[in-house]
Formats: sequence, C-alpha cells, structure tokens
Amino acid sequence: MRLPKFEYLAPKTLESALSSLAAHGEGAYLFAGGTDIMVKMSHGRLKPTCVIGLMGIEGLDGISFHPKDGLTIGATARLSEVASHPDILKHYPALAHAVQVMANVEIRNMGTVAGNLCNAAPSADTAPPLVAMGAKVTLASLKGERRLSLDQFFKGPGLTVMERAEIMTSIHVPLPAPKSGASYMRISARCGVDIAAVGVGVMATFNGSGCKAARIVLGAVAPVPIRALKTEGLMKGRKWTQDLIIRGSDQAAEEAKPISDVRASAEWRKRMVAVLTRRTLEEALERAERN
Amino acid sequence: MKHQIRFKVNGDEYSVAVDPWRTLNEVLREDLNLTGTKFGCGIGDCGACAVMLDGRTVSSCLTLAVSVDGKNITTVEGLAPSGEELHPIQEAFVKTGAIQCGFCTAGMEIAALDLLSHNPSPTEKEIRAGLSGHLCRCTGYNQIVEAISVAGKAMTNGRGEEVGR
Repeated sequence: MRLPKFEYLAPKTLESALSSLAAHGEGAYLFAGGTDIMVKMSHGRLKPTCVIGLMGIEGLDGISFHPKDGLTIGATARLSEVASHPDILKHYPALAHAVQVMANVEIRNMGTVAGNLCNAAPSADTAPPLVAMGAKVTLASLKGERRLSLDQFFKGPGLTVMERAEIMTSIHVPLPAPKSGASYMRISARCGVDIAAVGVGVMATFNGSGCKAARIVLGAVAPVPIRALKTEGLMKGRKWTQDLIIRGSDQAAEEAKPISDVRASAEWRKRMVAVLTRRTLEEALERAERN
Repeated sequence: MKHQIRFKVNGDEYSVAVDPWRTLNEVLREDLNLTGTKFGCGIGDCGACAVMLDGRTVSSCLTLAVSVDGKNITTVEGLAPSGEELHPIQEAFVKTGAIQCGFCTAGMEIAALDLLSHNPSPTEKEIRAGLSGHLCRCTGYNQIVEAISVAGKAMTNGRGEEVGR
C-alpha cells in the first residue's frame, strides 16, 4: 500500500488553513484524525494534490462546557477525549456512549467528532445523538462564519452542505432541558469495531402530563441520518406507557428506508430499528425521570 | 518536497527527511529499520501497526510521518531497550503462551502497555475492550487476555516493591 503523492501543509492558524484551502481549490483535502481520509487514499478513492493538516491549529481542539450555554467540541478534539470528558459523561451520556462504542481504541485516539460528521457516512455514530440533542455546527470560511443545525447538514452518503472553502470549526450542543433524557444505541455484527448496521438516537423532554418534545433519529437506514417525524408526532403530548413505546418503535421501523448491503439486510435493519427505538425510548425516559 | 522532521522513538532522537505521503509505519520500518511494528491491514482494523504516540496508542498505518514532527513515539522495541531483559508484558506473553505466529504480538503488547498504564488491574472485560482493535489470526485470544492480566499483576507488584525500597 502506497499513498498517492501530495503536498502537505500544517497551518498554525485557522486563517492560514482557510487561505490554503481556497488557494488549492479542488485538489485540497482537510486532515484531522486522518482515519477516514487515509483509508480512502490507500484504496485509491481519493487522490488529493494537497493535504491540509488541522491538528496543529491552536485552539481548535478544546472541549468546553458552560452550565448556561451548553457544550462546545472543537473540530480537532479527539473521540477519546470526548468519551472521557467529565462534563460530557455527566450531562450528555448519549453522546459519551456513542463515542465510547465506536471503532476501537486506536481510532478513537486519532479520530474526531467533526471528521465523523464531515465524512457523512449514513452510519456515522455521532450523528443520531447529536441531531437528537439539537446540535449545531460552525462552519468557517474566508468570508466569515455560519452556524447551522446539524439536521440540515447531511445531503447524502459522503455529501454535506459544506462548501469547498469551508472548515467545520466546532460542534455545539445545547444544555439539556430539565426533565429531559437522551439515549443512543447501535447494533453491528461484532460490537464496536464494526461500522453500525443500525443506530438510533433519542432525546425527549417531559412535563407533568407527558412528553413535551421528542426527537428520534435513525442512523444507517437511509442515505443520511433521518428524523422519524411521524414517530416523534406519535410520542409527543402523550404519557409514555409501555404500549405507546412499542407502537412508537413499530412506527419508527416503518419510517426507516434501509438498503441491503454487506453488513445487513434491509428487512433485518427494519426489525432492529424497532428494537433499538424501543430500548432508546425506554432509556431516555428513565434518564429524564432521574434529571 | 520532502519535509525534515525531528521526533523521538523509544527515547532516541531522529531527524529524517520524509515525503509527505509516507506513513509513520513506512518510516519506522523502512527508514529506521524498526521492523518490530508490523504492517497488517493498512486501514486501522487489525492493530498490528499500533505504536504509542505521546502516550496514546494509534495506528501507524493511518498516521502521516510528517504529522509526528516533535512527538514522542514508543514501539515494541522500546519495551525492552537493552535488547536482553524483557518487559513484564513481554515476559507474561512468553509465560502464558500468548505468542503463536507473533505477527499481532507487537501491537497487542503496545495496547497492553496503554491499557495497563491507565488501569493497572483491568477486568477480563476491560482487557477485551482494550484489545478490540487487535486481531490475532491464530485466534490465541484467551492466552493474550491472560498474559495482560498476569502482566498487570507483575507490574503492580514491581511498583509496590520499588515504593517499599
């Protein structure tokens, strides 16, 4: 295995990275953890003329939590840092779980949440919990910054709304509301190491009479992570009885549009959407009752 | 254009001119002749190429050599720097029969070093989770898990003695 030949730049500032990205045009690719781009290059699917390493940019790797504003994860913060961050473990257990179970120790020590999102695999583990929790991403270019909701970000397998001259600089997750709970679960043939065959992320907020708001996000069962809107409608405004949770799970399976591939058949995926939706709804409810 | 990089491997300082498209794995094996680190799958699935980079295990096949400028690397050769006295992890691998063909061993021992440095007495489940990125095609997993458990105990006792002295 040899990689294609390319030029390598290691900018120290975001401005210089953005200038290089704009200057090198089509052939320029960003490199954070490298765990996706290296594989694509070694398989010959990607032939960059210029690779821009982001890991040396100061201030891009921070993780910060504010009791009012919520959580901000810098673009080059490693998955293993996210997985063990005390505030994420305490306030965002669904996200912590997603990054704890994905890939393996080495990949988690290299890869980043931003990279997971920007590569836009339909099976990306961080997407369902982050979309469910209403995460926003910040995209920077020489023209300035824009912030957009993560559920508007994905366009198809490997495709996002990002423009060529943009760099994702951070991911922002709002503070969970009181009496809310979130959950993410995934299933694959060999636990974590395999890419998820199905993943489900849920976030729900309750009040005295029942569910005030619910977001249910299905991963790896459509070209992009999708919100199960009919299921959300069914669960909202009601008390979550066991019966309702089972009806919701069946409804989510209806909304999934999976394909059959090497990892699983479409039929099995649909059945697993029902199973994981039931389990994540139950866990989100349980967590909300404790919050 | 080649990049001049300086980095430490097993405590030794190196300065190497590398093409930007070469991996850390290639530079360790081909330029520095440190062939203890293996090249396996090339896509981060098998763990044969694992090395420690500033105290964290990474896949050297997915790491660009240019990106390790100024960093500290430990390879399996660094476990037994004298070349004679084995590291407790290596001793445990030998003692428990955890080495068959040996191809996965370097990566497994680096993973063990990482795991035991954070968690000196891991449970079997924790050991298996720590090794989740490592494949042994001889399927000698049980002995490898046992070796790491034995090594953990030996290292804890070793440290205890040192403190006692």
